Amino acid sequence: MSAVEEVVTEAPAVEAVPKRAMTLGTGTSLLVLAALIIMPIFVKNFIIFQMTMLLIYGLAVLALNILTGGSGQFSLGQSAFYAVGAYTTAVLMEHFEVNYALTLPIAGIVCFGFGFLFGQPALRLSGVYLALATFALATAMPQLLKLNFLEHWTGGVQGLVVTKPDAPFGLKMSQDMWLYYFSLVVVIGIYLLAVNLLRSRSGRAFMAIRDNEIAASAMGVDVALYKTLAFGVSAAITGIAGSLGAIAVQFVAPDSYTITLAVSLFLGMVVGGVGWLPGSIVGAAFIIFVPNIAEGISKGLSGAVFGVLLFLVIYLVPHGARQVAILGQQLAGKLRKN
Amino acid sequence: MPAVTGKLAAASLALALIAAATSTASAQKKYDTGATDTEIKIGNIMPYSGPASAYGIIGRTEAAYFKKINDEGGINGRKINYISYDDAYSPPKTVEQARKLVESDEVLFIFNSLGTPPNSAIHKYMNSKKVPQLFVATGATKWNDPQNFPWTMGWQPNYQSETQIYAKWLLKNKPDAKIAVLFQNDDYGKDYLKGLKDGLGAKAASMIVMEESYETSEPTIDNHIVKLKSTGADVFMNITTPKFAAQAIKKNAEIGWKPLHFLNNVSASVGSVMKPAGYENGQDIISADYLKDVSDPAWNNDAGMKEFLAFMTKYFPEGDKLDKGTIVGYAVAQTLVHVLKQCGDDLTRENLMKQAASVKDFRTEALLPGIKINTGPNDFAPISQLQLERFKGERWELFGDVISADVGG
Repeated sequence: MSAVEEVVTEAPAVEAVPKRAMTLGTGTSLLVLAALIIMPIFVKNFIIFQMTMLLIYGLAVLALNILTGGSGQFSLGQSAFYAVGAYTTAVLMEHFEVNYALTLPIAGIVCFGFGFLFGQPALRLSGVYLALATFALATAMPQLLKLNFLEHWTGGVQGLVVTKPDAPFGLKMSQDMWLYYFSLVVVIGIYLLAVNLLRSRSGRAFMAIRDNEIAASAMGVDVALYKTLAFGVSAAITGIAGSLGAIAVQFVAPDSYTITLAVSLFLGMVVGGVGWLPGSIVGAAFIIFVPNIAEGISKGLSGAVFGVLLFLVIYLVPHGARQVAILGQQLAGKLRKN
Repeated sequence: MPAVTGKLAAASLALALIAAATSTASAQKKYDTGATDTEIKIGNIMPYSGPASAYGIIGRTEAAYFKKINDEGGINGRKINYISYDDAYSPPKTVEQARKLVESDEVLFIFNSLGTPPNSAIHKYMNSKKVPQLFVATGATKWNDPQNFPWTMGWQPNYQSETQIYAKWLLKNKPDAKIAVLFQNDDYGKDYLKGLKDGLGAKAASMIVMEESYETSEPTIDNHIVKLKSTGADVFMNITTPKFAAQAIKKNAEIGWKPLHFLNNVSASVGSVMKPAGYENGQDIISADYLKDVSDPAWNNDAGMKEFLAFMTKYFPEGDKLDKGTIVGYAVAQTLVHVLKQCGDDLTRENLMKQAASVKDFRTEALLPGIKINTGPNDFAPISQLQLERFKGERWELFGDVISADVGG
């Protein structure tokens, strides 16, 4: 039909990533895990808090990675799912006094439903058009949270304050440290599920759709079902990240979940390497720490400095952290041969 | 042997004496984390980037003012180390930066952090850590709540006290007024509306004929104005932010509605509201203010204004003098310096809050004549006075006395 559409369909922005290349080797995984477990013992509470945020944003980036890297669909609306998850937890904890740990699966289910439903109309769209539709969702969300008839629950513009949980079973551990380990367990659990999902039948279906929709449907993949499913799964994981975020930050307000957050998550995915799940944590580190570095370089021009840094990353390593990891691997292989 | 013991005894006596001397000295000088003999560490969080980055100039003015104080020898011999971070007006980032300031940089307190949502996000944290959240840069009424949040204090007049002042004036001068209210549908608009209702008291229900709200996402508020006009109200309470305020003033003129027009202080700016709305359309609008307007020629020969301009020229030449943020930052920094001087050598967090809550009749010359800063153990609203002003020609003219209203959160 039109030239624009052809360009969009002919040049997929997401390149095919073989499924084995989506994860880390067992040895490396264990090493990273050990580092994540031991580190909090040696650092201040503030650093633990930052690491908790790193895990949470990492989880949200992972969710986007499943959607984009796995099934090839774009989303600039992740902040909306993140907000729904955060508000679900905040409202349940503060108005219904539900235990924080129980709010996580509820937030996941609510967001899954939300994402699945949103996936229905999104089916008709692809590429940049889908990105725009999700963009609209992200822009609308902060305003929806301010709506009058929801205000009784959401607290409107004032937001809701969430109580931070103490460590259970009389453990002598600060709230921050407990929350860190709690988040770590959740994140590892979801990471393993995500890896298994992508290795499963459904995961192969996602990737078949990503690589070539027509071929996938010819092979008998229910394209509509799997596309909406990918949206649902991604939304559910983002929602759980949102609820962890609400507990860690102890506050939810519409201003916390603007389009900036959606763009940050998207950015995190690209920097971490599209389709490479471990890269999610690297991407999260980028969106948390690089703005701080940029601010340290120049207060007035922090945005510009951030832009330059981002440009350098994209220019030098267009495939993000995945490229760095592959280079490292090759280097290690060469050294071993010598 | 005895000689050695004698020497030892003498040495230990000397040590004991030294210990005694230092302990009396430290009894006079008391410090919490962030304060020493030579330095006071102050934290601050501002939106230098993001949607509210226009306010970042307040933080930059404060940094310039503290530089001036340090160049002049500091406060009681201590230099101010002002650490200001960017939160891009995003509450989760505010929490991160506040924790960084308190736990990593170990500041004595956080000063003038900006915005209602960002400050709400750290409200509970600061109070549970017992670290002062002093002179926050927001007009919400909830910061004046010493019973529940003894470590948080506002600075500027809160929104409720402003409309209370309008209500007082109306009850006195126009008790049979029919009031139509237009307000922004958020915490700021609702705070203003509550102040108006509280101020009118029992008569609120009969005097307010219509409350109309708008969303910031609406491109124009013309239809609201037409609706408000149809009520036949003779007083228009305009609780809007600058862009909408200018639209409202223009639309009023277009459709020939000439009520007694009250415009909230948020939009009482000549440059960003009255000029774009057209001077001829804004005649006789009433507003209220507490700071001197740099663009007002009435202050041309005012000593306080000259001092401010001299400070700007010397320490912050790149800052825009006409931007209200600069004079706000200047005035709030002066208030802090006053409180820190009052603390003397007892720089504990507790004493800081105690001194901040015992300011008596303090004036910075950036305030309008007659307006004084007063606080008390049950009054955490430093500025609670305003003066009414009327728009004449191309500028605001003050009229009447300074009116006060204290409102708690």
